[in-house]
Amino acid sequence: MASDPNFVIIGAGQAGGWAAATLRAEGFAGRVVIIGAESYPPHERPPLSKGVLAGDAGIEKTFLRPSAFYGEKNIELKLGASVEGIDCKNQRLRLAGGEAVPYDSLLLATGARVRRLPVPGSDLAGVHYLRTIDDMLAIRPRLEPGCRVAVVGGGYIGLEVAATARKKGCDVTVLEMQDVAMPRVVAPEIGKFYVDVHRSRGVDVRLGVRVVRLEGKERVERVVASGETTIDADLVVIGVGILADADLAATAGLAVENGIVVDEFTRTSDPHIFAAGDVANAWNPALGRRVRLESWQNAQNQAIAAAKTMAGKPVPYGEIPWFWSDQYDLNLQMVGMPETWDALIVRGAMGQGPFTAFYMKDGVVVGANAVNNARDIRFARKWIAEKRRVDADKLADAAIPLKQTDAS
Amino acid sequence: MGEDFDWHRAARADEMEEGEPKLVAAGKFQIALCKVAGTCYAIDDICTHEYASLCDGVVEGDSIECPLHQAKFHIPTGKVMTPPATEDLKTYPVKVENGEVLVGLPKE
Repeated sequence: MASDPNFVIIGAGQAGGWAAATLRAEGFAGRVVIIGAESYPPHERPPLSKGVLAGDAGIEKTFLRPSAFYGEKNIELKLGASVEGIDCKNQRLRLAGGEAVPYDSLLLATGARVRRLPVPGSDLAGVHYLRTIDDMLAIRPRLEPGCRVAVVGGGYIGLEVAATARKKGCDVTVLEMQDVAMPRVVAPEIGKFYVDVHRSRGVDVRLGVRVVRLEGKERVERVVASGETTIDADLVVIGVGILADADLAATAGLAVENGIVVDEFTRTSDPHIFAAGDVANAWNPALGRRVRLESWQNAQNQAIAAAKTMAGKPVPYGEIPWFWSDQYDLNLQMVGMPETWDALIVRGAMGQGPFTAFYMKDGVVVGANAVNNARDIRFARKWIAEKRRVDADKLADAAIPLKQTDAS
Repeated sequence: MGEDFDWHRAARADEMEEGEPKLVAAGKFQIALCKVAGTCYAIDDICTHEYASLCDGVVEGDSIECPLHQAKFHIPTGKVMTPPATEDLKTYPVKVENGEVLVGLPKE
């Protein structure tokens, strides 16, 4: 007797939630199960370092759909559940507690986990990481006026936390190992601009310092860093990156290298298993290279592509990567992921209102950052995809509309 | 009489350009007025996903894309075309009289 197939999704983040909704939207009528390690329904993470951390909105703001949606669409949620292993040969999962879950197709949307700071004292009370809703809930009540917050890591999680903590009236110090902020994601000029922004808002930004240890009796009391730097702190938030959560896949024998290796159809080395989101190291046809993206866009759209492939309508996924970060009243959008460039063309006056920086290589636009200037991103994305040669002088002249440059 | 709408003067017909939405504020309403293939349409300006003005987004053909997260909506119907939005935009009736574009706002 042929029965409806079982599709199982591990991970209840942005990727897992969108994959399940897409399976139903594509008319898949079999069983759909989402297994989530956290106790919350499928949710996105960006607000956890911004509005929700500030207390402007509740955690429900992060939920992708109202809870009733899953019942209506007959999507089973197994939350607070942990998967102990994947038996690829027999196509079944083993959950903690012993339950076996069979699958015909399996999507691994396990995401990533925080990179730990390997220094003495990092296990003291008052030392936090920020990845999950529970992480956020542990930090939020402590962001009170006068609280001394030390943020380790000047990437976007660190800087967003710093901005939110300032907004709540905390005294904030940021410690970054490199000489600029957001060194992995933006050009040094943009990183420097953000350092200036934070300093002008009263954040003590320390660059080129390495945290050596955290000290305190019962709770953390200070951060000790290189160069005899000592920062007194009531709260330490560490944001030094994330690592793909690919242990299950590796143990099951799937190809894993900086995440789960998939093709542009999100297929792993096992014909019944797919992967999408932060955990997937995917061939990206638009970039012509393999990338593992830690982004909201990728989590959503790669998962949608995965669901279509699982439902028998394979579509390749390969967008120009796009990220954003909100700090204070500044919306930063980043498109492209240039590894190298030979010129950075700034359109508008950096530090005086909206501006856009175009990353150029051999006269071709390979990336762009827009600050409160999201409309420019659309053109940049198009030109990056087209590998378009664009006149740098025209880009630099804010009086010449991009639309006109696009048409020329 | 018996009309269900208050007709609000939103723009002069000759100032509307294809691909250039116009922000219209009227009482509690914030509306994006868009011209597509010669016809003006009125939709809610605020994206149904998060707080962002669609007038800051990009119009392509008959769709408008939110500047924040790239959700796309169909201008004539307000229907969601791409995630992350899941809810359609409200639409409002539009008429042109004596060279004025009027948007029909529901009466209280």
